[in-house]
Amino acid sequence: MSLADVFAGTRAAGELAFVPYQTAGFPTLRQSLANVHALTRLGADLVEIGLPFSDPIADGPTIQHASNVALENGITPQAALDALVARPPEVPGVVMSYLNPLLAMPRDRMFGQLRDANVRGLIVPDLPPELGEEWERAGERCGVDLVYLLAPNSSPERVRLVAARSRGFIYAVAVVGTTGARAELYEGLPPLLEQIRGVTDVPVVVGFGISHPDHVRALHGLADGVVVASRLIEAMRRGEDWQQLARDLKAATRRERCS
Amino acid sequence: MQTQTDTDAGFFGAFGGRYVPETLVPALDQLEQSYRRIVPEPAFQQELADLLRDFVGRSTPLFFARRLSEQLGGARIYLKREDLAHTGAHKINNAVGQALLAERMGKRRIIAETGAGQHGVATAAACALRGLECHVYMGAEDIRRQRANALRMRLLGAELISVDSGTRTLKDAINEAIRDWVTNVETTHYVIGSVVGPAPYPEMVRDFQAVIGREAREQIRAATGRLPDEVHACVGGGSNAIGIFHAFVPDSGVRLVGIEGGGYGPDSRRHAATLSAGSIGVLHGARSYLLQDKDGQVSGTHSVSAGLDYPGVGPEHAYLRDSGRVEYSWAGDEQALEALKLLSRTEGILPALETAHALAYSIERARELPSDQTILVSLSGRGDKDLEIVEGLV
Repeated sequence: MSLADVFAGTRAAGELAFVPYQTAGFPTLRQSLANVHALTRLGADLVEIGLPFSDPIADGPTIQHASNVALENGITPQAALDALVARPPEVPGVVMSYLNPLLAMPRDRMFGQLRDANVRGLIVPDLPPELGEEWERAGERCGVDLVYLLAPNSSPERVRLVAARSRGFIYAVAVVGTTGARAELYEGLPPLLEQIRGVTDVPVVVGFGISHPDHVRALHGLADGVVVASRLIEAMRRGEDWQQLARDLKAATRRERCS
Repeated sequence: MQTQTDTDAGFFGAFGGRYVPETLVPALDQLEQSYRRIVPEPAFQQELADLLRDFVGRSTPLFFARRLSEQLGGARIYLKREDLAHTGAHKINNAVGQALLAERMGKRRIIAETGAGQHGVATAAACALRGLECHVYMGAEDIRRQRANALRMRLLGAELISVDSGTRTLKDAINEAIRDWVTNVETTHYVIGSVVGPAPYPEMVRDFQAVIGREAREQIRAATGRLPDEVHACVGGGSNAIGIFHAFVPDSGVRLVGIEGGGYGPDSRRHAATLSAGSIGVLHGARSYLLQDKDGQVSGTHSVSAGLDYPGVGPEHAYLRDSGRVEYSWAGDEQALEALKLLSRTEGILPALETAHALAYSIERARELPSDQTILVSLSGRGDKDLEIVEGLV
């Protein structure tokens, strides 16, 4: 299933795609893979998997911590990828990492492994579209879309550039800031989503700070999907009932209808 | 201020660029436009020149190290005395320039990272001078070993933020400063202290530091009637080195050498000799050489000098190395400490531990060269901040 198929399905059903996140190797590699499969059973339409990096500049404390734990466990991006190939998620995956650890793997082989792991998208927050063309082409050969980000302070020119270059989906950053759970949805987000919608039909997924089912409900009609990352990792770390949280988030991706 | 190494995409050959989260793109666009438009204006240049003279104390002297040279019995060593600049190091040249630019961009909240604390102190001083709000990120380990500078920053009115993540040194202070900037980008200017980071920082910081080499080139010609045979400078991120090299890059007869922090030696895995032992990667927004493992994870580094204790290096240095124009070497902790002692005793000048790495190389090199040759050394900072570290060694 391609990313386009996933969003065609959720759009037809009038739902937001639910995209939970899991750092590979946190708290252990085995547990993180089990969580990926559990999240799929709990209704993930796509699952985002983070490959750890020593210097994650776009991430707040929660995902920094998860990334550090994974590295302290000796989990390299290559080891995580090998484990995903051995046991791919049942729904398409999207991998998130930073440019430097990705550069350390032979590129064509890496994209081949992503394909074999049922990964259909690659998010690299420090790879802007101006510098991403080779990566797009290499990914395309393996059916892996490079996913670019837009932020509430992106200029109209940037919105058009990213829209023109995006295939699978556009990642709309919900805040001016790093990843991390937040109490409120940022007021600058809806104008960004309207701006993107004005120039392209490519699906838009919102992430960074999405923490509560109310945040998800507020995005109906504005976006095609939601990533929930730090809030889930935080719940796992604190021993909260993260599976129930995932169920509640999933429920919020469906519009409440008159029965 | 274009040179043969600039391109419009912010690259020096294959190095540099702008590998940053999308949120920073508008700020870097604004910075680049402001830098190209405002800095060349006569009013800006006049104000900067006045401050460099009256606040920083420029021009800094060129000093012939007569007793040191005689003792070594070889080449004549000249010192460019950036240690005599206000706040005790070359860092103030860039801090004043960027503070003026931030003011004109309407950004009154300033953030900075610092390793040894010299850039933090310089930025805190420049912010106090201009009435700007100042927040400095510094690794907890560096605060511990550079307590005097931590106190100076606070006295100058800066908020000092201790960074406990990762290596608790300069690398992670930069990570935290970037995260702050991503979050407060609309009100905040990030004063990067070295020729690192995304474009336009490496070029802009170089241009604010190039005053070192412009002055030194004139001074040494006046003193000796010709250009030096060699120019030496220490390299962490590489701002004092680029600052003194830049004016000499077109002078192909002048040998330029950058000296990195060798720690316990490049084979020990406890060093910061990025250009001697690193490989190409992307860190802090730029493509350059890095110390990293085979999986692309950035390595912890070690140098007795906090200012050199950094796993990356400015992209222009990577370019100058690969093009062959500049050579890079290293000096270890022990050699640096010996050089610090020797300069102190022969010339009455206590250099910073960073600077002592360059001197360690110069001392060795001077012995090999005949006495009609001259070596120019960037004496990038004073050593008072390092007293606690060297205390047990005398």
